[in-house]
Order: sequence, then C-alpha cells, then structure tokens
Amino acid sequence: MVYDEVVRLEDVWVQTGRTPILEAIDLSVKGNDFLGIIGPNGGGKTTLLKVVLGLIAPTRGKVSVMREPPEKGRKHIGYVPQHNLFDRDFPISVWEVVLMGRYGRTGLFKRHGDVDKVKAGDALAMVGMLEKRDRQIGKLSGGEQQRVLIARALAGEPRLLLLDEPTASVDPAVQTQFYELLERLKKRMAIVLVSHDLSAISIYVDKVACLNRQLYYHGSKEIGPEVLEATYKCPVQMIAHGAVPHRVLKEH
Amino acid sequence: MLEALLEYEYMRYALFAGLLASVACGIVGTYVAVKKMTFISGGISHASFGGIGLGFYIGISPVLGALIFALLSALGMGLATRMAKLPEDAAIGMMWVVGMALGILFIDLTPGYAPDLSSYLFGNILLVPFSDLVTALILDVVIILVVVLLYKEFLAVSFDEEFGTAVGVPTGVLYFVLLCLIALTVVVLVRVVGIILIIALLTMPPAMARQFTFDLRKMMFLSVLFGAVFTVGGLWLSYEYDVASGATIILFGGALFLVTMGARKLLARWHRMRRAGLPDVPASST
Repeated sequence: MVYDEVVRLEDVWVQTGRTPILEAIDLSVKGNDFLGIIGPNGGGKTTLLKVVLGLIAPTRGKVSVMREPPEKGRKHIGYVPQHNLFDRDFPISVWEVVLMGRYGRTGLFKRHGDVDKVKAGDALAMVGMLEKRDRQIGKLSGGEQQRVLIARALAGEPRLLLLDEPTASVDPAVQTQFYELLERLKKRMAIVLVSHDLSAISIYVDKVACLNRQLYYHGSKEIGPEVLEATYKCPVQMIAHGAVPHRVLKEH
Repeated sequence: MLEALLEYEYMRYALFAGLLASVACGIVGTYVAVKKMTFISGGISHASFGGIGLGFYIGISPVLGALIFALLSALGMGLATRMAKLPEDAAIGMMWVVGMALGILFIDLTPGYAPDLSSYLFGNILLVPFSDLVTALILDVVIILVVVLLYKEFLAVSFDEEFGTAVGVPTGVLYFVLLCLIALTVVVLVRVVGIILIIALLTMPPAMARQFTFDLRKMMFLSVLFGAVFTVGGLWLSYEYDVASGATIILFGGALFLVTMGARKLLARWHRMRRAGLPDVPASST
C-alpha cells in the first residue's frame, strides 16, 4: 500500500514559555519527496524534526505521520540525528548501533531475531560499512559514523528518512559520497534533510524550504533572494541550479 | 586469612557480602559509568541514610528503611530531573542533603544510642548479619533478571535516549527502572562500604573495566571481577592490619586503578617506541 503523503503538519506552533520557536508551520511531505530545509541556527530546524517524530508536542496544531499521530506513525520514520552528539567513548559496536534501528519492530524484552539481523546487515551493506560492523562506533571517522547512523535508520525499513545537519563536521569529499548515497535512497523513500549550510542543499535535493520560526515553502528549489533574506535576515550567497550547477553571488 | 575463613563464620559472611556487592556494583555501575549518572547515584545513596535513621527510630531493620528511602529518592530525583523546571544538579543536591538530614534527625530522636550507626556510614564488612546476606542475594537476582530482560532497551536508553524514543522504546519508564536498580545496588553495598563510600564502588570497577574493553557485556563481567578483587583484597588487608574495611576496600581499589592505568600508559608508549623505527604504520585500534 502506498500512501501519497507521509507527513502532514497543519498550523503547528511550538512555544517555550512565551518565546515562539515555530510559528504556523504547514508542511506536506509526499512519499517520493526529497526536501531540503535550510535556515539559520536557532531557527527551529531540530525542533521541527522532533515535532514530526513526536518527541516534542506542539503547543497548537496538528501533526500526522502516515495519517496517524506521530507516536504511532514514527515507526515508519528513520531518524538520523546529528552524529557528533553521542559519546565517542561509549562501549558499543557498529553492529549494536545498527540493530537499535530494529528495536521498534523487535519488541520489548525480546532478543533480536534472524529478520532483524538480515535487515541490519542489508542496511550496513547499503551504506558500505558491513566490513566495519565489529568496530567501536567512536573509533570511526566522522563520515563513517554518519553512514552508520544512516544504516541504523534504514534498518527499521522507513518510508521517510529524516536527517539533522548531516553534513556538519564531514569533509567535502565525504559529502559528495553522502549525496550519492541519498540519490540511491530517494528512489525508495521520502527524504527530509535540514541544514544551516546552504551548500548542503545540493543539486540532489528536489525541493527547498526555508525555516526561521516560519516556514517558507515553495515546492521547487528555485528560491528568490527575497525569501532567503527573509529567512536569514541578511543578504546571503545565492545558489542557482541549471544544467551545470553553479553559484551566483549576490552583490551586498 | 584462609584459616580465619575456615574458622570464623563472620569471615565467611564478610566474603559473601563482598562477592554479592561486586555483582551489583559491577552490573549497575557499568550503566552509571556509560550514562554518566554518578551524581544521581551519590544522591540516592546519601538520601537512603534517612531510611537508616527511620529504621532505628521505629525499630525496623535499617536496611529495610534504606531500601524504602533509596527507592523513593530514586523516583523523586527522576521526577525532579525530568519534570521540574529545577536544574538537575540542584534537584539532586537538595534531595541528597534532605535525606541525610532526616537520617540525623531520626537518630537524634531515637532514645539511647545507635550502636552500629558508623557501620552504615562507613561500612563494616565484618559485621554483616546473615539476614543482610539474604537481602543482598535477592536484590542481586532481581538486578540480574531485569538487566537480562531489558539489556537492549537499557543500551538504547544509555547510548541515545532520543533515538530510542523515536523507535518506540519506553525510555522514560526505563530511566526510572534504571534509577531503581541503582537504589537496590545502594542497599546491597551499604553494609560493605557504607553510604559515604558507595559511589566509589559504583564508579571504580567500571572505570577500570573500560580500559580493557569496548563491549558493554564484557565491561559488566570485568567490573564484577574487579569489584570482587577490590572487596576480597580490601577485606584481607583490613583483617591483616586491623583497619576499617570500607575505607581499605576503596583505597585498595583506587591503588589498583592507578596501577592498571599507569601500566597501560607505559605499554602504549612501549608499542609506540617499537613502531617508531618502522615506516608509517597506521594507528592501531585498541
């Protein structure tokens, strides 16, 4: 069964105390979308992802994931948090990290079954990390850690992949590899990627939205300078996409 | 010590108390180490002093009082750190001292003199009665059962709580279960090293185990082993030199920790020097 819409947000507001973090967000992600959300740090990008995952309850508005409340629907989401947030010294192997993506399907108190192991192995092979399955996660490079976290998300057989700042602290050569991986994945699932880094929203992304408390959503990746300036509150470097990807620097 | 073991019942009890304590502190201490819960563990153990005081005051077993207070303070601290607007360290610090103050007050109100009070504060492994051994054994079994059943869930709670929640692990409830396991461990350890030194036995064996492995299961087994070495070694030293057992166990463990750390440093340097003459060898993973 194919749902045409994996995530829907209607008039979603999030406030802490009196400070609004998200204002009147409307968003619809379709089953084959590849959406990039850009915005400055503190603009609410991570909050938006957590609302979709049901980790933060919105102050107002409606969230649905696969036409269900996020707490139920999130089993269809593969979440890739910022990879530099976990403890490098944690005694855990790559394999154990990836199996964590299966927890929702294995169930409480139970041990991982053969299906879990096959799916975890497939996910690791998909990101090209199968041969490092027994390494401690903290011993890998930044790019490798990120691929393991993607494999963990893939192991749960998601319909939607949510990535938080995936290119932070990953060097440019690895970024290219990373986008090639997403290019392969987008044939199989919807992808939403948030980043403060404009260059991260590359030629691979199909749609771009800008987030700074409010969401400026266009449904296409051509964004005008007015929108970017409204988002960032300052003139920014423009990126244009044509037959040949190139950058246009706006005078300022 | 061997003759003493054969001859005196209290020496056998002391040995069992030490071994039972090392099981609890090795398993639960590993979680305390990887989830960085040392401060909250200190809070739970000190707050349980209120229960020891209550035990003296109303005439029930102080260990039972400690069990009740440790569980209540674990839940209280969990609630305070998760729900309240208070900063986590302030909430823990407050319950820590309130529990201790209650203990002092109860003991003050108790008529007469609390004879083995210092054995709860500083531990006296040679004074452990048989009933406390039974309690420790039951609590150890509970701890092992819970950890076996919830191993993968605790791994998620410790490594990446947010991701765990996102894949449907009830991380909130499990965090409280983990705090309750710490409370049970406090009760198992209280007669061995005393309230004031419990944090040491929760943190030192896992810290030492961590130098040798990056596998959580192996870390637990090694922590239990090191805990046993600490308690048995400390017991022997305190018997031979007739000094306080709790403090001896901790100091003996601390000394071993420093020795293994120093040995590992020296070994690493020796490896580096051996490699120095060779062309560009990539850093090995240890």
